[in-house]
Amino acid sequence: MFDLLKLRFRHGCQAIRDIQHAEVISTYRGFPVIDESKCSDNCSECKNVCPASAIDINPLRLDLGKCTFCGECESVCKSGAIKFSSQHKLGASSRESLIISSGKIFEEYDSTAVQTKKEIEKVFGRSLKLRQVSAGGCNGCELELAAASNVNFDMGRFGIDFVASPRHADGIVITGPISKNMAPALMDAFKSISEPKIIIAVGACAISGGIFYESLELNRIFFNEIKVDLYIPGCPPHPLTFINAVLKFIGK
Amino acid sequence: MSWAEIKNLQSISLKDIPELSFSELRSQLLDGISSGKRLVQFFGEKINDDIILYTILADDERSKLFIALSKSKEGDVYKSLTSSAKTFHLFEREFYEQYGVKPEGHPWLKPVRKGIAGVSSEETPYEFFKMSGEEVHEVGVGPIHAGIIEPGHFRFSCHGEVIHNLEIELGFQHRGIENLFLKNKSNPIYLLKLAESIAGDTVIGHAGAFARAMESLAGINISRRAMIIRTIALEMERIGIHLGDLSALSGDVAYTTGNAVFGALRTKIINTTLAICGSRFGRGLIAAGGVNFDLSSNLINEIIKTLNKIDEDAELAAGVLFSSASVLARFEKTGIITRDTAREIGLVGPAARSSGVSIDVRSDHPYEGFMLLPVYKLTLNTGDVFARAYIRYIEITQSIKIIKELINLLGEGEVIVQNKKIFPEQFVISMSEGWRGEISHCAVTDNKGQLRKYKIKDPSFNNWLAVALAVRKNGISDFPLVNKSYNLSYSGFDL
Repeated sequence: MFDLLKLRFRHGCQAIRDIQHAEVISTYRGFPVIDESKCSDNCSECKNVCPASAIDINPLRLDLGKCTFCGECESVCKSGAIKFSSQHKLGASSRESLIISSGKIFEEYDSTAVQTKKEIEKVFGRSLKLRQVSAGGCNGCELELAAASNVNFDMGRFGIDFVASPRHADGIVITGPISKNMAPALMDAFKSISEPKIIIAVGACAISGGIFYESLELNRIFFNEIKVDLYIPGCPPHPLTFINAVLKFIGK
Repeated sequence: MSWAEIKNLQSISLKDIPELSFSELRSQLLDGISSGKRLVQFFGEKINDDIILYTILADDERSKLFIALSKSKEGDVYKSLTSSAKTFHLFEREFYEQYGVKPEGHPWLKPVRKGIAGVSSEETPYEFFKMSGEEVHEVGVGPIHAGIIEPGHFRFSCHGEVIHNLEIELGFQHRGIENLFLKNKSNPIYLLKLAESIAGDTVIGHAGAFARAMESLAGINISRRAMIIRTIALEMERIGIHLGDLSALSGDVAYTTGNAVFGALRTKIINTTLAICGSRFGRGLIAAGGVNFDLSSNLINEIIKTLNKIDEDAELAAGVLFSSASVLARFEKTGIITRDTAREIGLVGPAARSSGVSIDVRSDHPYEGFMLLPVYKLTLNTGDVFARAYIRYIEITQSIKIIKELINLLGEGEVIVQNKKIFPEQFVISMSEGWRGEISHCAVTDNKGQLRKYKIKDPSFNNWLAVALAVRKNGISDFPLVNKSYNLSYSGFDL
């Protein structure tokens, strides 16, 4: 009994009190800051080194929906045209907003990327139950989504929870590039959720196929038919990235 | 035995691998297994019309590996090895599924990754084993599970609450990783990122195994400092997952204190990995030729501080957890795998060690930091959920000691050396001890010095059968607990 009390005392309070203003350590690779004016002529080193084909040159652009945040482009670029900041709020409502061009500053991205709709706020603002489906995910995104509900991040305090049955869910959270073998089950789960429902794509794999985009074992028809409401980039996204994007989406 | 003797991470010229006839190979494999050797690899490669079967046996006690190959053609039939030694069962099924060479007499030649109903090209979908009788019923779970975990299908045949058979169908996560390795063979950075995504919970384990295979093929020696940083990261990965699993096991038996405390400790260790390399799972740390991030003295202090905190708190928490009657009532004598069964089906890692099988790649086939620091193999004998939980705790304390000792051996020097081109027509096996057990990667290069075949074996490939066997004669409500005590990878198996 004494040990239990001692343990409880040492455990203390682990919850991050202010999720919306929490910062991540500076080594974390978050929002990329791009300055094309630093590029030398005919240089395409960053594009060549990118494992996910996330970089376009002329003009220099980086697609957060494909980026695995490995940092290889940053380390290969001698002039510093691409630098990853530690800003973790990367969620966006549209696929286009995920493409970061030269000169885009984080504050501007953060204030416009996630759009809040009145009706979403009204229906889901105080309670949002989500069904997560891993469709070929490597367990990276899955671990971080599970961590969003742990004692540190404690997403449940905002009324956002993951539930077991799609019948209890207000939306679906998809991870993984959608393997052929999971495509039917994903569609079944999606159809089992009653309207209105929201669709959240988590991680580079779900958003664009990630580093598996060339694989013949994928079946991404789901995304041709279903419109995504919220994109959470990362490989895997930090729990703070997920929680903050969802909070903003439901008007918090 | 006329096999070539190799060591972990030793490249060997393809022409030095002895070619045996299929029947010779078969009888020598069976002799090897019955004399106590362990099957490590059994995989095929298609070159024109020939199907080459590579087989590797391990003599763990003497740190030796033996390799031989045999050639056959698609549609050939051979006498199954599984009927004589169970450890072959899944290897033979995989070989048949990928190359169409049929093991005749295999007791259960069902699909490995390609039998999913509604997706498979087979006209009649695979039918699960059926148990019949009065009051017998079936429970189907998955592919989508209740929690935030990967997909797989479990089919239970029960009588009342008691499970009599569990059949596990996997393959839902199949992304064609081995093909992607060949498709992008000229892009080493891509390949490293791909290796990091074989199983997202074993980033350091798989990326490290890949990097070492490439370094061996190119004849690169990385600096001692880089080796030690990799080993430290591997042990931190082990500590992180073991803490997370102790948290989840506590949660599964509704012991919320354990769930909260171990969960919070896990956050501390993975955030330290984040401080080192910018990713909570160690992505971006490993490079071919070394590591991308050095350890500053501040970081080293940070690591030691975190380890001390974990050491003290985990000891306290484990003391409370493993003396709680309500926890022990669920953990003890649940999901037992005996030592004989563990050996027979070829378990690896903590799953084997908790059943009394003393194997650990860190000690049996040492590499990197473990060359400098011998690892004592820890085993428990009961083979139940308790043993699989408790071994996590003692491995955490062991890994903390290993990291602290390795920090003293760090030395000075560059952490990355120039990558070189790999040599042509070579074969290498790269084994390492991930937190789940033996990871082994095999690479074969062509005459231009590029990858011709890349074979990955996650420890889950060896261990999934243990889950199915462990739950027999247990209540179905104990399944989540047994499953979590193994915590096997779906993506690592499905590839």
